[in-house]
Amino acid sequence: MGLTENIRFDLQIIGSIIRPGSKVLDLGCGNGDLLAWLEKNKNIRGTGIEQNEERAACCIARGLSVLQGDLNEEVDDYPDCSFDYVILSQTLQQVFEPAKLLHSLARIGGKVIVSFPNFSHYSIRAQLFFKGIAPRSDQLPYSWYDSPNIRVITLKDFRKFSRDVGYTIVRETAINTNPQNHMGHVVRFLTDLRATYGIFVIEKQHE
Amino acid sequence: MEAKKDRQFYTYAFPPEKMILESGAELGPVTVAYETWGNLTEKKDNAILLAHAFTGDSHVTENLKKGEEDKQVRPGWWEFMVGPGKGIDTDKYFVICANILGSCMGSTGPGSPAPDTGKPYGLDFPMVTIGDMVDTQKALLDHLGIQQLHAVIGGSVGGMQVLEWSVRYPEMVRCAVPIATTMRHSALAIAFNEIARQSIMADPNWNNGNYYDTGKKPDMGLAVARMIGHVTYLSDEAMRRKFGRRLQDKETFSFGFDVDFQVESYLRHQGNKFVARFDANSLLYITKAADYFDVVARMNHSGPVNNRDQNIIKYLVISYTSDWLYPTYQAKELIRTLKRSGQDVSFCEIEADCGHDAFLIPDERLTHLIGGFLDGVD
Repeated sequence: MGLTENIRFDLQIIGSIIRPGSKVLDLGCGNGDLLAWLEKNKNIRGTGIEQNEERAACCIARGLSVLQGDLNEEVDDYPDCSFDYVILSQTLQQVFEPAKLLHSLARIGGKVIVSFPNFSHYSIRAQLFFKGIAPRSDQLPYSWYDSPNIRVITLKDFRKFSRDVGYTIVRETAINTNPQNHMGHVVRFLTDLRATYGIFVIEKQHE
Repeated sequence: MEAKKDRQFYTYAFPPEKMILESGAELGPVTVAYETWGNLTEKKDNAILLAHAFTGDSHVTENLKKGEEDKQVRPGWWEFMVGPGKGIDTDKYFVICANILGSCMGSTGPGSPAPDTGKPYGLDFPMVTIGDMVDTQKALLDHLGIQQLHAVIGGSVGGMQVLEWSVRYPEMVRCAVPIATTMRHSALAIAFNEIARQSIMADPNWNNGNYYDTGKKPDMGLAVARMIGHVTYLSDEAMRRKFGRRLQDKETFSFGFDVDFQVESYLRHQGNKFVARFDANSLLYITKAADYFDVVARMNHSGPVNNRDQNIIKYLVISYTSDWLYPTYQAKELIRTLKRSGQDVSFCEIEADCGHDAFLIPDERLTHLIGGFLDGVD
């Protein structure tokens, strides 16, 4: 029996990908919901990195191993292949140098799981097309002038980016979530238009 | 819950089987003064060793019961953290704190009588290291029949002991909590310690360490040493908030060298208070031990890297934003080292404006952090 109903739908999908007993690094782990779920249900050995003191402290007080710090810097200190999975959940849109970070992640982890809000969702296209304003959505709820999200990414963008920086996409899941609760569903048709989030599992190509 | 026990003593290393110190010198007999709280389980697997900071002692808490709060007692140095239902819960854990070797609070130190003369060692006391202090704690645990510690926890020089424990006896440590500490002293930290030592040695009453039976102690030098130390434990912000430039019991400057400012009065008070309870020679020995301390190389080699069979200790490293004696960059160096060696490490930098001493000031965040971390260790 799983506890999937207790974590966000996108985290449930990520959780389902992880092999039991593996070593996992969760970047920007927030309050540690995913790590706690994985430790309980998949018996993983997990570490989180979280910038915010209060959230990092909350994770540690839950018994999780979490480092307070900047994920761009913290990933540099791990030896090669330290983790089976590295998770970058809903953080890519806030990363200053995504290519550099992904390079580091591929070095320290076997598989890298990246999720981000899909900027080509039809509601976003419609706002720009019909209203001519910088789009806001439940997934990207900030005005252009106070947003922590310095990048806007579409599923198509990410596929191309992965190829360009030398990754193979081994799995792609498009989902549609309900921000009011933890529910959601997998989108199978017209994903570029209908998905609110993309979840990609990528691997460095072997030479 | 068992009521607190009074301070106890364990003496070992009787001649000719003396303790061999890191310097190669021999010392014996060695007495360790310690206190315990809570109950040891039958399997002896719930012990937590606390390591006190350098001028501290084994008196962590009075652990007062309800209704005893107004009893005339000497409060411990971690009263808010240790006790039934507190961060380090004495209903669950058996907590031990031993006074460090070289100190003057019951454990063997320069003020203890040397076995051959019966007079205090003075400067004949051999130089001791943080490693030697840890070895006396290990001997105490052997005496108590404890083979593994649930945790070893300490701040400042106590944090150094935590790190020394984790490289010297890693198999005995399940988790380690070094707080506001460093793998080795910076030039700044050594400099302050040297100033403290020089102020003692410049006091004519110091008399090359032979002052115990002269009736005159190097009180002035020791008080100045403490004043210097105290400044390094605070922060610019804490001193501004506490004292500013306020004058002490006067409206105008005295235009003399009496106390004008509140901060001067405070430092003099701290110095005088310290003289009454601490031995000048002990301060010389312990500051030197802290300056010699360096676990960088051994920390680098402590880990399993990719070998899962080796011992992994769960670490919780804590630093404070306004600690300028052991700033956060030093905690980060420790974390980097632990990550590289494949250890399981958590880190939190607590926002606090009260400087290095922050871990001794009641703080819910610290209690919560340590309590949760200890419970999360299998």
